[in-house]
Amino acid sequence: MEAIFFIILSVVAIFSGLMVILKKNPISSILFLILALFTTAALYVMLAAPFIAAVQIIVYAGAIMVLFLFVIMLLNLNRIDEGRSTVLKTLGVIVAGTMLVVAAVVLRSVAIPADSAFLRGVGEDYGTVETFGRSMFTTYLLPFEIASFLLLAAIIGAVVLAKKKLD
Amino acid sequence: MIIPAEYISLLISIVYTAGVVVFVLLFVLLCNWLERKISAHMQDRLGPMETGGWHGWAQPIADAIKLLLKEDIIPAAADSKLFRIAPYIVFMGSLAGFAVLPFASNLIGTDLNIGVYYVIAVTSIVVIGLLMAGWSSNNKWSLYGAMRSASQMISYEIPVALALLVPVIAAGSMSMNEIVQNQAGGFWNWYVFKTMPFSLIAFIIYFWASLAESNRAPFDLPEAESELVAGYFTEYSGIRFAFFFLAEYSDMFVVSAIAATVFLGGWHAPFPFLSFIPGIVWFVSKAAFLVLVQMWLRWTLPRLRVDQLMHICWKIFLPFSFVNLLLVSLWVVLKG
Repeated sequence: MEAIFFIILSVVAIFSGLMVILKKNPISSILFLILALFTTAALYVMLAAPFIAAVQIIVYAGAIMVLFLFVIMLLNLNRIDEGRSTVLKTLGVIVAGTMLVVAAVVLRSVAIPADSAFLRGVGEDYGTVETFGRSMFTTYLLPFEIASFLLLAAIIGAVVLAKKKLD
Repeated sequence: MIIPAEYISLLISIVYTAGVVVFVLLFVLLCNWLERKISAHMQDRLGPMETGGWHGWAQPIADAIKLLLKEDIIPAAADSKLFRIAPYIVFMGSLAGFAVLPFASNLIGTDLNIGVYYVIAVTSIVVIGLLMAGWSSNNKWSLYGAMRSASQMISYEIPVALALLVPVIAAGSMSMNEIVQNQAGGFWNWYVFKTMPFSLIAFIIYFWASLAESNRAPFDLPEAESELVAGYFTEYSGIRFAFFFLAEYSDMFVVSAIAATVFLGGWHAPFPFLSFIPGIVWFVSKAAFLVLVQMWLRWTLPRLRVDQLMHICWKIFLPFSFVNLLLVSLWVVLKG
């Protein structure tokens, strides 16, 4: 049954991922992106990481995507100008192709170790908030603090920009 | 023939979901009647008296049949695909919250170890549905309503989440059942009173902010009928309108039930000697009481302005809940 769910979810995820770039209408693109994020969240649940899944939904689908939708709907950016330069298109193809090659090389070089959580199954406390928080504040303390500093800088920047307009 | 255990658990989940849907439908019918009666009596009227006989008890049934039989109109200029699915997404968002509500000690959809967080996450689906409804109607009132509701719900999500974290920190768990179990033995052990005064402040903030999150008065700006006709569902009729209606009332129940779970002891009786009454009775009556308070507020208070709404959220609720969260963390650390 797990395999059935996995196949359904991944097919929907890949399909909606493709639709994001194939649809002309930006609103449908965003809605398909939300669907892709949701199915990925469901895949996280299947990997015994419900906390990460909830974070994915609340941060990406719930907040960031809603802001995207908000802006596009408010400005009514419904029509994309069709006449895009061929230079941009070629550049896009080159960049995407390079990314694909890099990703393929990296993924090929990663070997899943024999004692990984994937292969031996996971313990009771895997993916819980406790283990997550513990590793966040011990092993990964420095990246965590750097990320929070970046966010703080972004918040202050937003306030400064908004204030300038008001004054 | 032996059926594998996972199929049985799948079947149980389906039956449980169907049960929840039936419960929501009955609750909405009851609430619809009650809201009409309460508003009527608060305004010195009688409300529905004719349909069905005793105090018009069949009025919601008649209403439901009317909505089912009405023509389903889709405006010609609307984006018909989005217009069609938006109400179901909104309803799904509020129904998903029921999965972790502990109706009784052994009657819970799934006792996720991130229960509280899950609820906060799934309620954000509703915003997407509302935006889809407002935009696809191709109507400026609908769009304004959707914009208002999106900004309102995103802003008020923050004080709601911060207020819910206070009992979570006190309980040391996000699982709904564990939070309820920590409140056993009388009403003085409920989190509202147990960790005075932090959780009382958190309860007040949660209750007000959740009114805003479920678009109820005095925060019902997204559907302010005096300025926006009906907000994001202006163009909806028939069964799709009924789904928005269902979603609003089931949302009221979900936010009240969460308040009942994390602050008011869930399925525990207020006094230990009353615990012979089944937990589901206590749980539903606590939630229903909070729903009544919501109705009472709706017919008492005038609607706020948009700037007042944002002022309350960002300049009053948010600083208070941050300080509250810091203090309760300190208190838990000091208590050891």
